[in-house]
Amino acid sequence: MQILPGRVTAIMGPSGTGKTTLLRLITGQVRADSGTIEVAGENMRTVNRAGLYTLRRRMGMLFQNGALLTDLSVFDNVAFPLREHTDLPARLIRQLVLTKLQAVGLRGAAALMPSELSGGMNRRVALARAIVMDPEILLYDEPFVGLDPISMGVILRLIRRLNDTLGLTSVVVSHDVQEISAVADQVFLLSGGKVVAKGTPPELRENPTEIVRQFVGGLADGPVPFHYPAADYFSELMTRGEDT
Amino acid sequence: MSLINDVRRNFVEALEELGAVARFLVRMIVVTPSALLRFDLIVQQIFNSGALSLVIIMLAGLFVGMVLGLQGFTVLQRFGSEDSLGVAAAIGLLKELGPVITALLFAGRAGTALASELGLMRATDQLSAMEMMAVDPIKRVVVPRFLGAVISMPLLAAIFSLIGLYGAQLIGVQIMGVDSGSFWSQMRAGVSFSDIYEGLVKSVVFGIACSLIAVYEGYYAVPTAAGVGRATTRTVVTSAVVILFFDYLLTSVFL
Repeated sequence: MQILPGRVTAIMGPSGTGKTTLLRLITGQVRADSGTIEVAGENMRTVNRAGLYTLRRRMGMLFQNGALLTDLSVFDNVAFPLREHTDLPARLIRQLVLTKLQAVGLRGAAALMPSELSGGMNRRVALARAIVMDPEILLYDEPFVGLDPISMGVILRLIRRLNDTLGLTSVVVSHDVQEISAVADQVFLLSGGKVVAKGTPPELRENPTEIVRQFVGGLADGPVPFHYPAADYFSELMTRGEDT
Repeated sequence: MSLINDVRRNFVEALEELGAVARFLVRMIVVTPSALLRFDLIVQQIFNSGALSLVIIMLAGLFVGMVLGLQGFTVLQRFGSEDSLGVAAAIGLLKELGPVITALLFAGRAGTALASELGLMRATDQLSAMEMMAVDPIKRVVVPRFLGAVISMPLLAAIFSLIGLYGAQLIGVQIMGVDSGSFWSQMRAGVSFSDIYEGLVKSVVFGIACSLIAVYEGYYAVPTAAGVGRATTRTVVTSAVVILFFDYLLTSVFL
């Protein structure tokens, strides 16, 4: 797999196929047992903790649930990386935070606590926090889970707009085919821990492979079976077992 | 054979756990100097662990002191030495009851709060988010909580003993009629610095043990509702056993 710089790359696939694990491998949260993952020239299998932290300052990540620090306000959450890594004066930090909050449309929510935010707002604040250090790479882990169509549309537009205006490299892990196809430049489709298809969204739609057709078409049965592997149905029903 | 295997497996697991706790402690010690630079975070945790535990510690101290005054008076009266109530209560509180009961209450109030807070931070990806922001959660979150709790424990134990003495005096002097002068003068004459020192050492050791167990259990909690619950329970149970074990150990050392 090669993630193209400056583009939005989508990693899609059925649940449990290893999309989030791949993201954790890219960010060094999990070390690979074999193979090589290179991020900005660093081998993620061999990089030490200091090197990893240096690299992570060039990355931003949006977690599935936002992962906002619950004891800090929206403003303090976005200011958190700046306060931890820089000695900028409070006035400048305030301006930077308000700029990022304005970019995600939540400048007015700066004083709220995370518990007062809706799911979509929570995700947008987390996005503002992810871009506050001006990263080169932005990773999104299932950014649309549990969002209403309006919030989903907002996040979709933000992914594209932030990528283009800030010159980022974006990697989006998702299984929302239609939504992500609208903003992605290239797509990798994973199944069973392997890349089974890659290309632009239109190329993927035209792909005749059975697994791609099942995934893109949302078919219940196919290479990814509807039924979890089990013993023969009739024989199991006829067995005199009291429990499974 | 299976019993021997079970015992052996449990023993190995316990040793592995002990090793993991030691590694965790070393990681904390390594980042402590830089964590000390952010003293405001430690002060905030002294408030969370210490100040918020004050009411329960003071209430418990008062009642324990009152019981001590009542029981002590009844026993000492049999030997006609009820005037020694002050010194008996003071030594009991300073050397034993103050550090031990404070530590047990501390594990139940502050220890569980620490473990569940860290466990929830793990379950909601807050710790992972910090790591992704290149912020070491051990330095930013764990060490300030650990130090805050370690600093709070001896202070709470001292307050417990003081309030306990007041409770013993309330019952012994105000209600049972022990002479006030004898109560205080015998206490001053009978309590030495080594008694206070023993209580201080115990409360510091119990504080380190309780806080380490709480932050370890919370930090490595399984990120589920059941996992956080288990971490909280383990914090209380392990802390109680460790406190009583160290209490015996330190008492025998100081004899």
